Amino acid sequence: MTKKALFLTLAPLLAFALSGGAQPPPAAPAQPAAPPQQPSEIGATITSGAIGAPPKYAVPDFIPLTTDPETEAAARTIGHVLWDDLNFEEEFYMIPRDTYQTVPAAHGFTDVPFADWAQLGADAVVVGTIARDGTNFHVQVRLFNIRTQQSVFGREYTGPTTNPRFFAHTISDEIFKQQRGLRGVARTKIAFASDRDAERMPGFVPDRRVKEIYISDYDGANQRRVTVGRTLNITPAWAPDDQSIAYTSYRLGVPEIFRSFIYRGTIAQMTHGPSQSFLPAWSPDGKQIAFMSDRDGHDNIYIMNADGTGLRELTHGSSINATPTWSPSGTEIAFTSDRSGSPQIYVIGVDGLGLRRLTSESYCDRPTWSPAPYNEIAYASRTGPGFDIKILDLETGKIRQITFGQGSNESPSFAPNGRHLAFVSTRTGHSEIFTIGRDGKGLRQITTKGSNYFPNWSN
Amino acid sequence: MMIRGAARAAAVVGASFLVLTLAACGAKQPPVARPTPPPPPAPAQAPAVTPPAPPEPVAEQPPIVPPEPMQESSLGSASLDTLNRTSPLKDVFFDFDSTQISSDGQAALQQDATLLKQYPTWKITIEGHCDERGTAEYNLALGERRAAGVQAYLVSLGIPADRMRIVSYGKEFPFDPGHDEAAWAKNRRAHFVITSK
Repeated sequence: MTKKALFLTLAPLLAFALSGGAQPPPAAPAQPAAPPQQPSEIGATITSGAIGAPPKYAVPDFIPLTTDPETEAAARTIGHVLWDDLNFEEEFYMIPRDTYQTVPAAHGFTDVPFADWAQLGADAVVVGTIARDGTNFHVQVRLFNIRTQQSVFGREYTGPTTNPRFFAHTISDEIFKQQRGLRGVARTKIAFASDRDAERMPGFVPDRRVKEIYISDYDGANQRRVTVGRTLNITPAWAPDDQSIAYTSYRLGVPEIFRSFIYRGTIAQMTHGPSQSFLPAWSPDGKQIAFMSDRDGHDNIYIMNADGTGLRELTHGSSINATPTWSPSGTEIAFTSDRSGSPQIYVIGVDGLGLRRLTSESYCDRPTWSPAPYNEIAYASRTGPGFDIKILDLETGKIRQITFGQGSNESPSFAPNGRHLAFVSTRTGHSEIFTIGRDGKGLRQITTKGSNYFPNWSN
Repeated sequence: MMIRGAARAAAVVGASFLVLTLAACGAKQPPVARPTPPPPPAPAQAPAVTPPAPPEPVAEQPPIVPPEPMQESSLGSASLDTLNRTSPLKDVFFDFDSTQISSDGQAALQQDATLLKQYPTWKITIEGHCDERGTAEYNLALGERRAAGVQAYLVSLGIPADRMRIVSYGKEFPFDPGHDEAAWAKNRRAHFVITSK
């Protein structure tokens, strides 16, 4: 089938899949526009009263200014989602929400009960209002320094009522940016493969469950399917602009790399046989992909431009060379090779020079290079009957272990700020996606339906 | 060993009968009035298992001829679905983390090659599969190498490469969903699918 014919066949299906779900369309259309900063805002950082301690934040429910149930529900949702979002980076001490009963509810920004918040020990409180305007919510938010009673941060947003959580995620990312100079990840997503719909693959072998690509908010909310191949679709990789996902698809019978533009509902074939292609990895600038193929008769790493031109073989020989990942600078690629007799992690320049071996363990795979500012590679390492996630610091050569033998733990993928990892674990008895901090803390389960594999965190 | 394996397979899947008789047919056609030798180059005791032609009233009528044309024509005329359900081509099994084709695997492939020569229009896909103990990513490569090894072996037996396509499924489609050695052993394999005939 030609590329164009495929596009024509699949585009309506995909469009249907995207519009057919109960969930609102993700991201782009719902993006509230941030107006200019409020005149009253002073860009001060809120610190803790105690030296060395993180500032203590309180996030009560937002204040509904219109009294319909949807607005009232959204006001509560934004409050608790924002609390979770701000808790995620462990930059602030988040005062538990079940201790707020002693604090009288404010009606707006002019009657914030600073003394009551101070009594709870808060250094900062986030106060927000929400009003309904047709199919939109209008949200205003201030971050107050309890000691000075000054607003240090103010924003207004207007956006569709369909996804109140997105207001909270946007506010959280803005607060991290302003207060910590930190790139928050509350608006990021995780792509993964799942068999949760229990569809069977058509073909000559019965009872094979298809896997399709799904996306989820970073916190597990809004999970939705983005492919309709009725085949094996695995190893998703977000393009750096997050508008499309490349993945390994068996829709033509042999594995090829396809790319779904998930917000447009279109699909493009990136590799065109006759051999097999797997495991796409985007260069940081989005202009190239690295992938594994057997087109020379062996499993080797190839690089090509995203439009399919400029194909070249990066590794050579008859060993297995698999699972590429790009360095943040785009100048090197880490990959797995069994050239020593067992699968280990190697690095090679994109010019094919400077090959070096990084691991000498029992069995290592799925290297994934951390974004800046960290210079680390996470990977799965066999530690017993199963695997655990480890992180190698390229600066010091030190390796630290992140998971410890609860189930098998595989397929790490870094969050775009490098502070978290998504991975697969069988610790619950099924294969599920989890996230965890790069320090091994803050484990969170993202999926619960079906079996789930190959997480890839968006940018 | 081989006899025991064949007997077990026949007990499990009735379709195996078809394979055995077919193979017997293929080997038997040139000579006319002699008992059928077992399909592959057989160990010493094999002739003992094949009953020496008992004294028959009519020597010109070998007793096992009738079922064979039926089987042959049913294989030849069966739909691809039916054909693949009966799996006339024998799978090849691998050791843990290995892509080596064992002597059992070689014997299976010799039978497969015989059948493929008998049906020269068949085109097949060789699927490479792995057990769950490796990582999902690396197993895509391992499955590729298993399928490629089987393809190379069949080419060495005279099967044209353009009749065969290889696909690695890694550990995505286990044949046995269990989590023990018995299941893993079943899942490390090259499996054949006939895609056109």
